[in-house]
Parts: sequence; C-alpha cells; structure tokens
Amino acid sequence: MSQSYNRGLIEDFGRWREFTAGMWAWIFHKFTGWVLVGYLFTHIAVLSTALTGEAAYTTTIQALESLLVVRILEVGLLAVAVFHILNGLRLLLVDLGVGLEAQDKSFYASLVLTGAIVVASVPTFVAEVL
Amino acid sequence: MSTQVPQAEETEEQPAEEKASVQEKRKQKKQERREKVERAKQTLEQERDLSGEDTYALKVFRYDPEVAAKQEPRFDEFHVPFHKGMTVLDALMYARDHYDASLTFRHSCRQAVCGSDALFINGRQRLGCQTQLSDLEQPVRIEPLPHQEVVKDLVVDMEHFYDQMEAVEPYFDAEETPEGEEQRQSRENHEKVKMSTRCIWCGACMSSCNIAAGDNQYLGPAAINKAYRFAMDEREGENRKEHRMEILEQEHGVWRCQTQFSCTEVCPKDIPLTEHIQELKREAVKSNLKFW
Repeated sequence: MSQSYNRGLIEDFGRWREFTAGMWAWIFHKFTGWVLVGYLFTHIAVLSTALTGEAAYTTTIQALESLLVVRILEVGLLAVAVFHILNGLRLLLVDLGVGLEAQDKSFYASLVLTGAIVVASVPTFVAEVL
Repeated sequence: MSTQVPQAEETEEQPAEEKASVQEKRKQKKQERREKVERAKQTLEQERDLSGEDTYALKVFRYDPEVAAKQEPRFDEFHVPFHKGMTVLDALMYARDHYDASLTFRHSCRQAVCGSDALFINGRQRLGCQTQLSDLEQPVRIEPLPHQEVVKDLVVDMEHFYDQMEAVEPYFDAEETPEGEEQRQSRENHEKVKMSTRCIWCGACMSSCNIAAGDNQYLGPAAINKAYRFAMDEREGENRKEHRMEILEQEHGVWRCQTQFSCTEVCPKDIPLTEHIQELKREAVKSNLKFW
C-alpha cells in the first residue's frame, strides 16, 4: 500500500446526473443562499449611491425599474428567495426530525410551489415595462 | 421427422377420388414437415437471441500500482453468462474465475452480512452481493468506493473508516454497567436502537457523504450511528454518555452533517442515518442549552 490511486474531487460534480433529491436540495439551498447574500450587498451598495436626497432616490429607483433586465432579475430574485424560504422550512422540519422519510417529496413540493409562485408573479413584475 | 410412408402410396390401382385424397394427404404431410422445420429454425433463433441476452456486460475498474500495465487506471469489459438471481458479486466472481484471475475485490459471506463488498455500481454505493444484475442497466459499471483510496482494482483502504468508528468509542463503560449478571433492556428501548445496530461497517454511507469527502476529520454517518446506538441505549452509564456527547459535539462531529440524505439513500441495511444524526444534534443542543 505504498502508493494508492486517489481519484480526487472530479467525480463529485461529474456525477450530477446521479444526485438524489436531498443532494439537489442542498445544492439549490447553498446556491440561493449565496445569491441572496450577493443581492443584499448590491442592494445596499446601489441604494447608498442615492442617499443625497429624495429626488435622487426617486430618479435612481425609477431609472432602475424602467429597465426590462432589472424586472427580469427581480423575478429571478423572487424565485431564489421563495425557494430558499420553502426549503428552509423543509430543513426546519428535518432538524426537528419530522417526516424525514418524506424529505424528497417536501423538496419536490417546494420546487413546484416556487415555480407556481414565480409564474404567477411574472405579470406583476414585467407588465408595466413591456 | 417421420419417415413413415403412407400405405396408400404403395397400391397403384386406385379410384380417382382416392388418389386425390392421397395427394392431399401428401400435401398435408409436406406442409406439416415444412412447418416443423420452420418451427425448429425459430426456436433455434430464439435460443440464440436468449443466449445473447443471457450475457451481462460488466465494466470493471482496474488499477494496480505494483503492476506496470495496470498503473494507469482503466476499465476492463467482461461478458458474463447470466442466470436468474445472479448478483453483481456472482458476476465478478465468474469474471475472476474464468477470465482474469488477477481481478481483485473483497467478499466473504455473500449475503449482505459481512459488509465486505460495498462497491460503486452504476453510480451508486451498493453491496455487490445484494444487487441483482437484472435490476441494472448494461454495461454494469463497477468501481471501488469513491473518496477512499484505491489499493488495487475494487479494493479500497478502509483504515480511515475504521479509525472513525473507533473514535466514538463504541462500547459500554465496564465501570458503569448495571448491577447483576444480566443487563436487561426494555423492549421499547430495543426498538429505538434496533435499526442502528444493523450496521455492517461496509462504508457505503461514508463514501456517499459529500461532507466526509471534503472533511477528513468528520466522523461520518456510520460512526455517528454507532455512537447513537450506545448513547440512546438505556444501559449506558451517565458519565459515559456525557463523554460520548462531548465527542459528538465537536466541530467535526454531528454538526458537520448538512442533511443531504446521501447516506440514508445508499445504506444497504436501510438505517435511517440522517434521522439518527439529527436526533443526536437535538440531544447535543438539549444538554448544552440552559434557560436559567
């Protein structure tokens, strides 16, 4: 056993097709978490450029909201936030030891609910700009 | 095929009607013969088809640092004749006995009790002896357990896994055992720890765990489950349990688990590993939280 072959980390991500529900839930939760952290920082950074007065604040917001890209990003933000909340509730149940046998189903449920909420919200976000 | 010739053919003088019937008979015979040949051909073909289906293609990971030709890891393909009820381990043993005697893998009891033959089969940690070939897609890809160092072919180094199992001190404290010869356990308590006692130390869970892969100090699902088996046992002494919880509460103990459920998914003994880890997390919180 002098030297043995270490296959490294490549396998982990190369095998994404074989991931199970719990694994996907974890990946999405991490991803959405980081997106939310990133959003919070940009949110503070952008708004702090508009703190010189009421007028500056209003023009900044109006300029941003008139862009279609911003509206689409908002829909994305909603999707990310809703999934993070729903999966967070799922994790709360997991931590409490409730319904661990159905953890995959609760993950799918949170995905479906996220999808439904996001689709339903698209008109409100995008209608004015289009 | 019958070689019998109808008697009627021998007699030459026959009324027309009878002749016709003889001809018809002959035609019938010919027809029957043709059908028979046809049927024989079909069954032959079917048999050949079946025998084609009856071999299973295996792609087996090969590596041996001590043999020059095998130093570069590769996959060897074996075609193994299939019989009903054949397991992956059976197929591997056939390949070893008939094609390549150097094919190396661990196995012992062949009935999912010893835990020697946990392998990475078609992208999932499974016991070779517990996995039916007929449940798998071909070619069946057989690899050693991921995240463990490969010693040779399908054999991985289990030392780290055993170290982690030892780290939780999986035994009762002799000084704290209850009085008397018999150490009784209530039925309810036995039911509680029953699943956790089923562990066969195969290492499938540890290999599937993403966190254990990245953090070598993490105790891993099997070791935590082993700790659960003792911590939740009513016969465990007070001091021992406290000590055990201290081990589990460490940075690389229960809190590393991020509930990906990979271990629970792959456990060949269906131990609810994540559930046990979560229960120990709550236990750890309970023993540390003070509201006064």
